[in-house]
Amino acid sequence: MTETLPVTAGVLDERRLLDAYRTMRTIRMFEERVHEEFATGEIPGFVHLYAGEEASATGVCAHLDERDAISSTHRGHGHCIAKGVDVKAMMAEIYGRATGSCHGKGGSMHIADLSKGMLGANGIVGGGPPLICGAALAAKLQNTGGVGVAFFGDGASNQGTTLEAMNLASVWNVPVVFVAENNGYAEATASSWSVAADSIADRAPAFGMPGVTVDGFDFFAVYEAAGEAVERARAGGGPTLIEVEFTRYFGHFEGDQQTYRTDEVARARAERDCLRSFRARVMDSGLLSAERLDEVDREVALLIDRAVAEAKEAPKPTAADLETDVYISY
Amino acid sequence: MSVITYRQALRETLRAEMHRDEDVFLIGEEIGIFEGSYKITEGLLKEFGERRVRDTPIAEEGFVGTAIGAAMLGLRPVVELMTINFSLLAIDQIVNHAAKIYGMFGGQTSVPMVIRTPGGGGQQLGATHSQNIELFYSFVPGLKVLAPSTPGDAASMLRAAIRDDDPVLFLENLGLYNSKGEVPDDGDQVAEIGRAAVTREGSDITLIGYSRMAVVAQQVAEKLAEDDISVEVVDLRSLRPLDRETIVESVRKTGSAVIAEDDWLTYGIGAEIAATIQEGAFDFLDAPVRRVAMAEVPLPYAKPLETAALPSVDSVITAVKETLNAVGRRVG
Ligand SMILES: Cc1ncc(C[n+]2csc(CCOP(=O)(O)OP(=O)(O)O)c2C)c(N)n1
Ligand SMILES: [Mg+2]
Repeated sequence: MTETLPVTAGVLDERRLLDAYRTMRTIRMFEERVHEEFATGEIPGFVHLYAGEEASATGVCAHLDERDAISSTHRGHGHCIAKGVDVKAMMAEIYGRATGSCHGKGGSMHIADLSKGMLGANGIVGGGPPLICGAALAAKLQNTGGVGVAFFGDGASNQGTTLEAMNLASVWNVPVVFVAENNGYAEATASSWSVAADSIADRAPAFGMPGVTVDGFDFFAVYEAAGEAVERARAGGGPTLIEVEFTRYFGHFEGDQQTYRTDEVARARAERDCLRSFRARVMDSGLLSAERLDEVDREVALLIDRAVAEAKEAPKPTAADLETDVYISY
Repeated sequence: MSVITYRQALRETLRAEMHRDEDVFLIGEEIGIFEGSYKITEGLLKEFGERRVRDTPIAEEGFVGTAIGAAMLGLRPVVELMTINFSLLAIDQIVNHAAKIYGMFGGQTSVPMVIRTPGGGGQQLGATHSQNIELFYSFVPGLKVLAPSTPGDAASMLRAAIRDDDPVLFLENLGLYNSKGEVPDDGDQVAEIGRAAVTREGSDITLIGYSRMAVVAQQVAEKLAEDDISVEVVDLRSLRPLDRETIVESVRKTGSAVIAEDDWLTYGIGAEIAATIQEGAFDFLDAPVRRVAMAEVPLPYAKPLETAALPSVDSVITAVKETLNAVGRRVG
């Protein structure tokens, strides 16, 4: 790990550094807690955790505001939190409660909050990139100055929808940032096998856009690359493809036996963890103190405790809610 | 006879067919190294190697089209789509290509391909992962659609599908993979494609289902037998071709019918069955044909909503009793 901060990190004042840290810590604690709660049998369905990948959502969304929209994946909790979706409503959604972001109708794979520009976690691999082209087109036609960010996995990078969206975004010159989250695997399929190019970013020139690969454990590296890309998109300079590389800490979904990998998680956690390296770097450079960071940890722990407690207490939807929200009018 | 699971029946049939015919090979996401999301292809990569058990990148439209092309040139691909929901990404290749190639090209080349895929809700996977959209394929001339409900049928019908020269969509069900049943040991039963089965004889009413709902129909019949109601169960087994004869013959005998389906009601499979009944057994009907289907909503995640949306033993029993009451037989 290098101890120097990228130039742009200098413009991050104490408040923004703390925000970034809080977001990453919130994602981590949220996911670790969901992991524990899932094991008790209280959380059903398919749950895909984002732990290990926090720097991507956080480093990208740090550049976004209320004008901007993101599309997400089946592994969407981190994207939601980084875009400002209420953690308690998310937890309630995962518990299938009426107080959840989607009133218990979506679940972990389909959390959305349009009021935050979060266009939905997405159960369909490759479902998001075309949607975000549309969001970016809307921003362009309505002159809002907004950009769209599509988060998608290495597996999704092979899906026709993703490739079509990249081409379309360039052809129409719409303000999109494509963020390929390469965690090495799609379920058990290694990206080193499934992606025919040397890297996902290498595909960018074929779609007429710049492409860059960054260390996805390094918040500052992601922040810097995303800053450039978002700025270019906002200024009308067109789309960018950013590939972030890292390791997911948990199985593909909760319950995955992970027979396809060995010690890489333990090594990544010990040597490259985004939260650990973030702490080391802001402390070494004297930007934030351990006390201040620890305080954030305590606050976040409290928030997650409350989110779980409230979700467990919250009312479940009833059969009377079954046919609501199917149409606007019918 | 051995008692094995639906999953084992599928796996052993795939394995036997791969031994029987060198041209049979497998294509799909996670079927090789991972041995299948639902472990249907367990051990097959080790046994047959990468040449014949081919993992794919996530690209449903691409690899289904690849299978079609290989089938046009004489191979016999068996594709696994992780669930029927993801067939929607491949529907162009299935409907515009697989289904059309034989007829549109004037019979020059067939497409001897099988697409195996599970449907089914009830596992709290949410709206994009819980659909029963076999109707989309059953609607299309040029495709065959099979939907076995028992391990025995899973084996004999998969064997038939693989040996058939037309493209077959082979519908499995998430809720059935662990179900057990008898399968002949000699392992060479080949079902006749396009035949329904009367899986329980009865005289009061005909109850028609397929896939998971054929199993539910059996449970309903068993329960109602306790109340002296004699239910005849018809398991459709094949959605296209549809065995109209067996359906009509049963309803002519019993005089009333209920259809239990896991798909949506409007334009669903049950609508075609009801039309078949009124065309073939109108004069024999003592009550309107009833359908029990999934609520017409994207299937919600929360358990109380999911349970309320899906047809169940209880909701089918209610429909059967109401139909018998309409016939004039008071069954409470
Ligand atoms: C169209 C479609 N095909 C297959 C699946 C099943 N599936 C869910 S997640 C996944 C792997 C996705 O891998 P990647 O894009 O790398 O994301 P990651 O899980 O690594 O975050 C697959 C195959 C799906 N949900 N949608
Ligand atoms: Mg991945």
